[in-house]
Amino acid sequence: MSGPLLELEGVHTHIGAYHILHGVDLQVARGELTVLLGRNGAGKTTTLRTIMGLWHASAGHVRFDGQEIGAQSTPEIARKGIAYVPENMGIFADLTVRENMILAARGAKNAEEIDAKRLEWVFSLFPAMKKFWQHPAGLLSGGQKQMLAVARAIVEPRHLLLVDEPSKGLAPAIIQNMIAAFRELKQTDTTILLVEQNFNFARQLGDQVAVMDGGRIVHSGTMAALAEDEALQQRLLGLSLGAHQ
Amino acid sequence: MLSRILSGDFPRSRVLTAVLIVVVLGLALAPFVFPGARALNVAAKICVFIVLVASFDLLLGYTGIVSFAHTMFFGIGAYGVAVAITRMGPSWAAVAAGVGVALVLSFALSLVIGLFSLRVKAMFYAMITLAVAVAFQTLASQLSDLTGGEDGLSFKVPELLTPSFSLSETPFLGVSLNGKLISYYLLFAATVLLFLVMLRIVNSPFGRVLQAIRENEFRAEALGYRTVAYRTASNVLSASFATLAGALLALWLRYNGPDTSLSFEIMIDILLIVVIGGMGTLYGAVVGSAIFIIAQNYLQDLMKLASNATSGVPVLRDLLHPDRWLLWLGLLFIISVYRFPIGIVGKLRVNAWIKARAKAMAAATAKGVS
Repeated sequence: MSGPLLELEGVHTHIGAYHILHGVDLQVARGELTVLLGRNGAGKTTTLRTIMGLWHASAGHVRFDGQEIGAQSTPEIARKGIAYVPENMGIFADLTVRENMILAARGAKNAEEIDAKRLEWVFSLFPAMKKFWQHPAGLLSGGQKQMLAVARAIVEPRHLLLVDEPSKGLAPAIIQNMIAAFRELKQTDTTILLVEQNFNFARQLGDQVAVMDGGRIVHSGTMAALAEDEALQQRLLGLSLGAHQ
Repeated sequence: MLSRILSGDFPRSRVLTAVLIVVVLGLALAPFVFPGARALNVAAKICVFIVLVASFDLLLGYTGIVSFAHTMFFGIGAYGVAVAITRMGPSWAAVAAGVGVALVLSFALSLVIGLFSLRVKAMFYAMITLAVAVAFQTLASQLSDLTGGEDGLSFKVPELLTPSFSLSETPFLGVSLNGKLISYYLLFAATVLLFLVMLRIVNSPFGRVLQAIRENEFRAEALGYRTVAYRTASNVLSASFATLAGALLALWLRYNGPDTSLSFEIMIDILLIVVIGGMGTLYGAVVGSAIFIIAQNYLQDLMKLASNATSGVPVLRDLLHPDRWLLWLGLLFIISVYRFPIGIVGKLRVNAWIKARAKAMAAATAKGVS
């Protein structure tokens, strides 16, 4: 099938009395990494949570693979092959790394049932996961927790990966590690929607880019075009993003 | 083999292993090591509470659901056996019918409570269960034709379990082999079996999802698990095990009334044992029940000894008077909650884990790997 894998059309989302998304139009192309940029409070996380069904859109359409998913429950959406890595990582701290991974590989009853090749591949991306396999996830470092959150999302092949600010609070060396892992992941034709504030991080990974402000998409295009056009960057992203570079 | 029996969930701490072995051996040999009716009653109560508290931990410790209706299911089990035997006479068929009806009733009630109220916030769920439990308690004491009201029901048990039934004329190791002994070992075997089944459940893929829900319900949903279904299943399972514990209690006591199985004091005891033993570890139910019930039954005796020994010291003598035992029990709880905020088992496991990690780190540094 052609057409975008994920499409949002005029999506409005309210959280309680607050009107957060004011008609988001967003397309995520198959097999590409789309970066959603924007300052704090622009509605990036709400967009991801709306796709995942954690908030329901009050108006507009969310289509996945051409199918309307706006009214479906979170577990149903997850079962379609959409994985979500929230900003707070949402790892299960009392469970071991191994148990976290088994939970994510829904079909597997135990570690032996996870596809061994796939697991080796995840380990090659994040060697720390192999090292701390039997450790409670709550005792990992911040960077390792982030790696576990991503590893958990990719332990089974997914159609679409939603990742919220994977670079947040990580040391530069670990960010490089994370970039390498996402590059590797791109080779597998996984479609990724990545929310970022760190333009430097985003620039190294994105194929497409969409910029949000005030609950709307204010710019979309290729990352290459945005990366070259400094005036546009200045206008869209302002100084708040410049600080990260 | 051992790994299969324990579902791969080892104590993971040497101290804990030792304590568990002592408790299990103590219970297994109780009639021979601790002779006397009182000691055997204490051992039997520990067995019943292990099942009851473990079933509550399934709900509170593993799924993170706070319920106050647990004694209701305990009571349903006990009343099931009591009412059935009173009506049908002391036969095994009556026991089976009582347990069967009680299980069906508990299943239906817990399913309804779960489906209706697990969608609401934790606090409201706790309140709803409290309301239902109080209503049930009132119902049990009002329906005196069926339940014996406040007086409860005394009944006979199948002949095999009565003290007058004798296996052999000659006592074995100084203990007469009568129905009471058979009764105790039936209870002990049921406890071991039910505990191992629960251990299997919490270590199954199903149990892992329950723990994931406890830690982060949204996250579990985002991984594709229908959390309401899992929470309801946990509610139903927990209620069923509590019902079985109630049936065991009634069979052992040959009596059941509102105060023995439905009272709110039992609910508080359960909560205390879970917290002291360690939430989210079934072994905590074993350790907690043993410590709690032994303290509850023997603290007074211990204090009598201490009071007599200090009869010359004015204030201390009064402080240690057996009538003050509740004060000391309360102090023991406060100390244990301060000292072991994650429960005795939780603390022992974390200690063992930290030790193992320090060792691993030292080994890694020695090899020159950071």
